[in-house]
Amino acid sequence: MSNKAIVQLNHVEKFYGENHVVKNLEMEVYEGEFLSILGPSGCGKTTTLRMIAGFEQQSEGIILVEGEAVGNKEPFERNVNTVFQSYALFPHMNVFDNVAFGLKMKKVGKAEIKKEVLKTLALVQLEGFEKRFPSQLSGGQKQRVAIARAIINKPRVLLLDEPLGALDKKLRKQMQFELKRLQKKLEITFVYVTHDQEEALTMSDRIAIMNGGILEQIDTPSGIYDHPKTKFVADFIGESNLFDAVVEKADEDGIVLSTEAGFVYGTGKGFREKEMIYLSVRPEKTRCSLSPVDGFSVQGFIKESVFIGTLVTSIMVLQNGQEIKITTLAGQPAPVVGSTQYLYWQPEDAVLMHSASNDVLAAVDNVDLSGYSADAGMGGLG
Amino acid sequence: MKDETRHRFKNKTLPLITMISPVTVWLLLLIAIPLLYILVISFASTDSSHNIVFQFTLNNYAKLLDPTLLTIYGNSLAVAGLTTLICILIGYPFAYIMARTTPFRKTLMLIFLMLPFWTNSIIRLYGWRTLLGENGYINHFLVLTGIIKEPIGMLFTREAVVLGMVYTLIPFMVLPLHTVIDKLDRSLLEAAGDLGAKSVKTFFYVTLPLTASGIFAGIIMVFIPCLGYFFVSDLMGGGKSQLIGNVIERQFKESFNWPFGAALSIVLILITLILVKIYTKVGGKVDDLGVV
Repeated sequence: MSNKAIVQLNHVEKFYGENHVVKNLEMEVYEGEFLSILGPSGCGKTTTLRMIAGFEQQSEGIILVEGEAVGNKEPFERNVNTVFQSYALFPHMNVFDNVAFGLKMKKVGKAEIKKEVLKTLALVQLEGFEKRFPSQLSGGQKQRVAIARAIINKPRVLLLDEPLGALDKKLRKQMQFELKRLQKKLEITFVYVTHDQEEALTMSDRIAIMNGGILEQIDTPSGIYDHPKTKFVADFIGESNLFDAVVEKADEDGIVLSTEAGFVYGTGKGFREKEMIYLSVRPEKTRCSLSPVDGFSVQGFIKESVFIGTLVTSIMVLQNGQEIKITTLAGQPAPVVGSTQYLYWQPEDAVLMHSASNDVLAAVDNVDLSGYSADAGMGGLG
Repeated sequence: MKDETRHRFKNKTLPLITMISPVTVWLLLLIAIPLLYILVISFASTDSSHNIVFQFTLNNYAKLLDPTLLTIYGNSLAVAGLTTLICILIGYPFAYIMARTTPFRKTLMLIFLMLPFWTNSIIRLYGWRTLLGENGYINHFLVLTGIIKEPIGMLFTREAVVLGMVYTLIPFMVLPLHTVIDKLDRSLLEAAGDLGAKSVKTFFYVTLPLTASGIFAGIIMVFIPCLGYFFVSDLMGGGKSQLIGNVIERQFKESFNWPFGAALSIVLILITLILVKIYTKVGGKVDDLGVV
């Protein structure tokens, strides 16, 4: 994996009539990486993929593949291939002819086609299936044929549109592993659209999170998990305890924040006093104690504890009614149900995010907010 | 409890026979018995006053080998074949556009296709006669504008018969085609494009093979009626163009040689059955024809 961009999207917009489905998208896909585009349904992720593939035209902006603008190019003129969600295997052709289709269109010689098809089928572990028709294959086998049919063309970028969506959970796990293996072996760049965050977190080198047509954040899985840049990302990936907070005091030691339920403590740079922010703490980083902890004044009572395998999840209810999740490892002392406790965390475990409403205030008052960068990924007003 | 429910249910339900018998009686009276009768009299003969004499003979079938009749059969097959071909060439693009256009235009196209059906086809064919005849509108217009000096004899030609057939039968080509094209998964076309097939190749490698069943169904729906639609060749072809349907009609209505007409009909039915058999052999489903 290098940092050389193989696909670039510059200010890409997509409208369907009145519907603005992709908004000012700026994204780079690096050569050889496994990039997932993750988001809830209707977030514009499939549209983005289809614009790269050439099935849709962007309304505005430029898409570059290998440094070349592909706006006017047909799908087959782009050095990319697609694995479709519904597999889209040709039902009237057997496995061999399906996989051979791309080479046949390129007028490759018969002997060469045969050699390549058999090689590719071996790669996806489907030797001996050449004569079968798609209707005689299981979901997983169809998926492998679809992948073989795409990679035989040796694309620089393989686009996958929720390829494992129709498979059952166990098979999905297995195929995730195989896709990753294939990607490493072939050294092809994968752009992988999914709504399954677990899938994205386990497979990807980087994840692009989209919501409502906006790219919320693009980062490594751990970067996304540990340092979400927007409230949406914090909420969407994994579990999070989210607070609306106001910065009371910010200095080198840390940041004192006031929430509806009391004062808490965090760290971060570029936050000003009286700024409204979002605060996110993962349940496994959230702690509670019977005695007050320095800097924290939030109290709540433990409503319930649920044992989930190796973890215990406790629910703490704060004075304002907000429910907080606290997970502890099974075997460790868990908070006693019914007790009233103080909430706290290590200041560095709290993730502070600029609130989109600050952009509004900045715009309205024309206040200089140069203290922080506005492109922190929250294009909520874009 | 369960037994009781079942018992009550059974008592309240009409016996099976009452439900299927109306259809059965209908089919027996109006289709099976007349067909059987046709089969029987095709082996009978007539006396001098045209009464049917039930005496087994193969004479009616022997007469089928008459060269004039064979020519008429050949002629009928040619007209039916040409009609079917033209119906495919016009019907396929029409059905394709219909399946791919906006819902509003689709409805509009469907109305254009189906609306004429609300008028009797014989009346509509008379409409064509007023257009094509020697004193018809087209000739009138062409003479008036000086493009031609003398009216052209457009009516009462084989071409006019084919035109009438195409006009009458084209919905039967479009509808089954529309069904299969509409069902065609668009991602298959995208996949073909993605894999390097230009639109013409996509059509011949993917679209056409996957919609072939619609073409087969359309062929059956157009070709077979075409063999029997005597009124089209009557109206559009005058006396000149004789199709097998006209010969059969004449045996029953003019010559009063019912046994011979019956034998001709049986042959037509056999041709039909063979075509349907070929259709199912190539993978077509009888249900798709909408006749059962």
